[in-house]
Amino acid sequence: MNGLHQTALHALHVGLGAKMVPFAGYAMPVQYPSGILAEHRHTRAAAGLFDVGHMGQARIHGANAAKAIEALVPGDIQGLALDHTRYTQLTNDAGGIIDDLMVTRRDGHLFLVVNAACKDADYAHIAAALPKDCRLEILDDRALIALQGPAAIAVMDGLCPGIAKLSFMSLAPFTIAGIECLVSRSGYTGEDGVEISAPNAQAEALAQTLLKDARVKPAGLGARDTLRLEAGLCLYGHDIDLTTTPVEAALTWSIGKRRRTEGGFAGAAIIQKQLAEGVLRKRVGILPEGRVPVRDHADIADASGAAIGTITSGGFGPTIDRPIAMGYVATVAAADGTALAISVRDKKIVSKVTRLPFVAHRYHKG
Amino acid sequence: MAALKYTDQHEWVAVEGDVATVGITDYAQGQLGDVVFVELPDEGKSFAMGDQAAVVESVKAAAEVYAPISGKIVEINEALNDKPELVNEDSTGDGWFFKIEIDDESELDSLMDAKEYKEFVKGLE
Repeated sequence: MNGLHQTALHALHVGLGAKMVPFAGYAMPVQYPSGILAEHRHTRAAAGLFDVGHMGQARIHGANAAKAIEALVPGDIQGLALDHTRYTQLTNDAGGIIDDLMVTRRDGHLFLVVNAACKDADYAHIAAALPKDCRLEILDDRALIALQGPAAIAVMDGLCPGIAKLSFMSLAPFTIAGIECLVSRSGYTGEDGVEISAPNAQAEALAQTLLKDARVKPAGLGARDTLRLEAGLCLYGHDIDLTTTPVEAALTWSIGKRRRTEGGFAGAAIIQKQLAEGVLRKRVGILPEGRVPVRDHADIADASGAAIGTITSGGFGPTIDRPIAMGYVATVAAADGTALAISVRDKKIVSKVTRLPFVAHRYHKG
Repeated sequence: MAALKYTDQHEWVAVEGDVATVGITDYAQGQLGDVVFVELPDEGKSFAMGDQAAVVESVKAAAEVYAPISGKIVEINEALNDKPELVNEDSTGDGWFFKIEIDDESELDSLMDAKEYKEFVKGLE
């Protein structure tokens, strides 16, 4: 694990017996001794604690920050209510996705959370595009902990009454066990829960406080991946990248209504054209028959055997106890129920297109 | 059952008469994590030593399982179809993969004994 960055929770992971693996330049826990299936199931049943401190946190300061970032993302940021969060994408001039991110409108600045593998490039891209009256501040000194699952809010509210009043995709500062935290009711597992930004120096104390609750167990990157796949959520570098647009990726819901007509973001001409005329391929959910998992990069054919796409995420869905996948298929084959054949080794796995998510989201829509 | 022999691909072999039972080691199942699917060879099929004979899929990834010695598959562990987790729970017992009729006993001499395999794994950590 030489040459890898460590998050503020590194010693905690090692102490808990985690299997550490390199991920996006960080040594990260892929699983704890209980294993991915148990961690996944515990998160769906109670609460899983995830270290997501490898992700990038930053602020854009300036009264015009929302307007400025709208030049880079198709999401409606100016329309965000104070302390509310939006999922959006940094796009390039071809409409491709540089990264996906969370943007929260705060008083006097925007708060961003970006992917670990992309953060340096994101920051350079954003800084280069900002007007003089805006300033990017990279928050290297903060950890990020996700607590996800049906018990997550009860655990949090027990430690700090009031957290249960947060609505989904909103954020507020709270003091938890004496630690100043920024708590966002969000996550990437399909479950209700929070992401907590806290100073690095106090992150382990915060995690230990949460782990003292019997409902909370640590969960690694492996479970995070199976949870987000069941929730039908994109993983950057797999389901979305520079070659996919938000429209092809079925992320059209995240493009603001005003932005669709006004444009004014990188790649707008292409994305608006796709919105009006449709796309040639689309990201869809895929249910393989039987027990053989299909993995990313597997070729997808239609019922006649013609090549029509590629799997971008695939594996096993522990909650529904069967293989699940997502991938891009030709739009003509993207309708729910369309029969597909996926190549795995020397076999063709009979599969069908299905609606996402595989496991219903349980976000708090208060 | 005779003492187990091991390959550097983390298969184990237990010889009884002219048939060898094959599975993956406890180290291998631990590295793979939760096993969700095992693709076993067809009975009657012959493999040369080192040929890919099976595939084991965990939640995370797929891994190939090689024939530790040359021979013909005489039995497969059908229980793994319904309970692939046996590979995690009892890798050198109920989690066995297949039985192979030994072509050439001398091939067994190239495999590691328990002590050698233990040293080998130590070197990987």
